[in-house]
Amino acid sequence: MRRVAVIGVGMSKFGELWNMSFRDIVISAGTEAIEDANLEGREIEAMYIGNMSGGRFISQEHISALIADYSGLASINVPSIRVEAGDASGGVALKEAYISVASGIHDIVIAAGAEKVTDVGFAGEIMDSTIDQEWEAFPGATLAGLYAMMARLHMHRHGSTEEDLAMISVKNHRNAVNNPKAQFRREIRVQDVLSSPYTAEPLKMLDAAPISDGASVLILASEDVARKYTDTPVFIDSIIQSSDFIALQSREDILEMRAVKTAVRKALRMAKCDIGDVGVFEFHDSFTIAEMLLYENVGLCSSGEGHLLVREGEVEIGGRYPVNPSGGLKACGHAVGATGIRQAGEIVLQLRGDAGKRQVDAERGMAVNIGGTGATAVVSVFRR
Amino acid sequence: MLPRFWRKIRYRYNLIGTECTNCGKKFYPPRNLCPECRRKSRISEVELGEEGTVISYTVIHDASEPYKLQKPYVVGLVKLNSGPTVTSQIVCDPESVEIGMRVRAVFRKYGEDGEDGIIYYGTKFEPLNAGEME
Repeated sequence: MRRVAVIGVGMSKFGELWNMSFRDIVISAGTEAIEDANLEGREIEAMYIGNMSGGRFISQEHISALIADYSGLASINVPSIRVEAGDASGGVALKEAYISVASGIHDIVIAAGAEKVTDVGFAGEIMDSTIDQEWEAFPGATLAGLYAMMARLHMHRHGSTEEDLAMISVKNHRNAVNNPKAQFRREIRVQDVLSSPYTAEPLKMLDAAPISDGASVLILASEDVARKYTDTPVFIDSIIQSSDFIALQSREDILEMRAVKTAVRKALRMAKCDIGDVGVFEFHDSFTIAEMLLYENVGLCSSGEGHLLVREGEVEIGGRYPVNPSGGLKACGHAVGATGIRQAGEIVLQLRGDAGKRQVDAERGMAVNIGGTGATAVVSVFRR
Repeated sequence: MLPRFWRKIRYRYNLIGTECTNCGKKFYPPRNLCPECRRKSRISEVELGEEGTVISYTVIHDASEPYKLQKPYVVGLVKLNSGPTVTSQIVCDPESVEIGMRVRAVFRKYGEDGEDGIIYYGTKFEPLNAGEME
């Protein structure tokens, strides 16, 4: 296997992009990545695109061909592959792109993610389609409801509180202030979260990531090729995907994210490092409780102590484990299929020293992208 | 979506799951393959009984379209005494539900396909002492 580097990063603005179509959003991110990598465009040999639900959000399937076309890559017949794994679509697209370069099949490829969500009136049911429709959604559970049951059990078993969860939201909003691409560049207070309406008790509106349009693009190259284009390659030391039972009810313990645990263990082994060697993290905070459970399941703390990390400020920029300097899904935005690529892009910017006012000093970074309630997990470790 | 509902009606109306007779593990919803034994799976249907314990719950306020009129309603994970865990609505005052509460399966309406459409029935749970107090 060859070493694989990220040589270009691009991202559209995330948010309610009323004036931009699906293609506009993708091209704005892609153009930025191509320029960042100093490519002309024709060097691209393949593209992998994470997209959760083009069919339901914009009634467009065959997303792969559409994007190749509007990226100017259909004219040179570049193969294009759309990847779907719920809101882990981006992470899985990145893994597939990585494999295509590591294996020696391709030298330069695009790993992208894109979603246009706001063209439908009510996106909630489509967002919820990552849960088991027959045995979770039918009895009336929602994605928020399932995470709420994890939160309720954590509070019961370990003494965490709604304030602890609110502090995660507050932290992510604070970080997003310094991210020009973020959807919400404004601070909120714990009280704002606590007084927002319940969606599924004990989770509230401001515990949840928003509805967002957006696209994110990375350009990957083999090590030798990467050196020709950039002096600051960031290497993907490992990227591992893992699965768990789709429905919470099938899991032995709903607070244990076994897909995440397995992927983290393998990813650290492949990257030949320990969790303590990683200095910056992007975690999948589709809900605040997801971020807190990731602290525990990734191994930043012991099981049942996630809320203590929040209380002690360890997950802030400047803390021992800075999580979501971008603002995370909560405040940077959650453009579903784009999220896994967006997280990886943030880690690359951080490791290159290009993260501006939200810069964290780190040698290694980790991104954790999950689908639904954790039935898919993608964990990647990057090094500068 | 009607065929999807109808074809599993037997398992929605009653708590019937499957069991792997190779390892003895029981499943709900029913599985055709045991995730532990895989190729060695030997699957048969099994009645799972009606009683269980709430292992976690939530009160849903932001519901999907079919359930808009019912909100707020309680959804819980109920661990049956026979082993498997079920995602189900719990028929009780949202204020009274708690982790560890003992519950019993009841046959209830879940929703309907508009005014002229079919009515969806299924299993819900009620507090174990509810019947006794009536």
